[in-house]
Amino acid sequence: MSATIDKSPAPARRFAGLRREIRGMRAVMPFVLIFAAFVLLALLAPLVAPLDPNSQNLLGRLKPPGTTARGIFYLLGTDNLGRDLLSRLIYGARISLSVAILSVVLSGTAGTILGMAAGLARGWTETVIMRLADIVLSVPAVLLAIIMVAVLGPGFANVVLVLALTRWPRYARVAYGQTLSVANMPYVRLARFMGAKTPRILLIHILPNIIGAIIVVATLEFGLMVLFEAGLSFLGLGVQPPTPSWGAMLSTGRAYVATAWWIAAFPGACLFLLILSVNLIGDHLRDRLDPKSR
Amino acid sequence: MAAYLLRRFLQAVVAIFGVMTLIFFVQRLTGDPTYLLVPETATKADIEAMRVSLGLDRPLIVQYLSFLWGILHLDFGRSYVQNVPVMTIIAARLPYTLELTAGALAVAALIGVPLGIATAMWRGRSQARGLMGFVLAAQSMPTFWSGILMMMVFGVWLGWLPPSGAGGWKNLIMPSVALGLLSMATFARVARTAVLDELSKDYIRSARARGVSTGRLVRRHLLRNASIPVISISAMEISQLLAGAVIVETVFAWPGLGLLTIQSITGRDFMVVQTIVLLGAFVTITLNFLADLLYTVVDPRIRLTGTPG
Repeated sequence: MSATIDKSPAPARRFAGLRREIRGMRAVMPFVLIFAAFVLLALLAPLVAPLDPNSQNLLGRLKPPGTTARGIFYLLGTDNLGRDLLSRLIYGARISLSVAILSVVLSGTAGTILGMAAGLARGWTETVIMRLADIVLSVPAVLLAIIMVAVLGPGFANVVLVLALTRWPRYARVAYGQTLSVANMPYVRLARFMGAKTPRILLIHILPNIIGAIIVVATLEFGLMVLFEAGLSFLGLGVQPPTPSWGAMLSTGRAYVATAWWIAAFPGACLFLLILSVNLIGDHLRDRLDPKSR
Repeated sequence: MAAYLLRRFLQAVVAIFGVMTLIFFVQRLTGDPTYLLVPETATKADIEAMRVSLGLDRPLIVQYLSFLWGILHLDFGRSYVQNVPVMTIIAARLPYTLELTAGALAVAALIGVPLGIATAMWRGRSQARGLMGFVLAAQSMPTFWSGILMMMVFGVWLGWLPPSGAGGWKNLIMPSVALGLLSMATFARVARTAVLDELSKDYIRSARARGVSTGRLVRRHLLRNASIPVISISAMEISQLLAGAVIVETVFAWPGLGLLTIQSITGRDFMVVQTIVLLGAFVTITLNFLADLLYTVVDPRIRLTGTPG
């Protein structure tokens, strides 16, 4: 019998690694749960929201949390049109999350493809794509988003589009850098030598090697997208009324800051919790996947 | 080094040129920019007259060149809504935004840097974790929420500060804090990393061995060496603050460029919006260039060749 070298770690050590992993997760676990709760609320909004988010009760306007007006109980109070704040918050999670997810997916896909193309093709493709990325990044993102919305007009689809157009360079830069470091590896050159076409090389040989870095960027960008959507809606440039958006609710709350604190306080708290949990999960992922950035 | 600076300078020029091109094409995202510039009540004839008077009936390349030509001569056009040169409108608002940015920068640096130093010195202790938690929380706090909360507590309930608008220095406090809290996190992180870097070096250990007190160590050695990254990050943060001013100024009705941007969008005054974005981009590019410059000039340890990595 030939002596085989057992390369798998001893069981005890393997469990030590697992334990360390779980201990590492424990710190972010509450935030994973918070994030999951928001996702669930958004998915199940019609089931969990006590009332229609847009139904007005003009006699029950600006009621503080915990009041009953005309036989309806308002746990978190009502806004300036007598709409149930809790229901609007729950439906608002839909807007925040869907804008963030769609814009991250759109900008992530576009940026990754462009970045990989630049890294693999080099030459003028590289120059055009990467210089364009530099230029887009040199305009403060908020300002670029604002001018684009000013041109295109507000609304759900335009907000997603604008966010994707302003944020793709982030992914392009990472994808480009990572592709450069992988593109000259012997196995990639071999694949090309064997006649693999460019799309196949990008998809099968390069993408799996850079996807970790892209995911880290995407999680960190996710919180920013939630913030941007809320910011644009706060300024009246985002999702339009009566669709409930946390940013727009905060803008209403600002107008009633002296008389109805709850209108601004609750949506802001939701935004804060969502962004905080996403940021912490993102930080954690970065530390896990990219030990250099510690 | 000279070659690097020249290269870096050319990059900045290319970026500025690119931004102008980008804005020119953003204007045309919907096809005909005339609709951006005319009031909503304009008739077909009005629109046609406007198109001719703006020169939008000329070929695209001519329009583009005259757009660049105007900017190169610091002519940013006229506001068609208020019928005054755009620069006049902007000049009236600029001081407010500068005040706010300076205030926010002061808040961010004066709180952020000590926080960063403290978390580095106390590394691994529970105080440091608590402070880092505070930094993270501040970073995740949307300025429009923290702003409204402050307005509620200090403006309405306690009545210590005027809730909104411009006036005396008291009006500046809340907007500066709201805007500064966001950048504070960046300052804290940069200061923390810089101090941790220094702390691991031999001269610090030998200074400690000589019996140098912690306070003296921080003042004499750490602050001085950590100042370079902090100064250069403040150059970059200024552009973040300028962009953040759009929201903070809207929250506090602070009459600077940010509020002007939003008012101009609602008033369909596109020329003003476009100019503010252009200026914002110029400032950002210039400050980033200066930050790089600063690095090379202030820190002789950094040796640069013609090809930066």
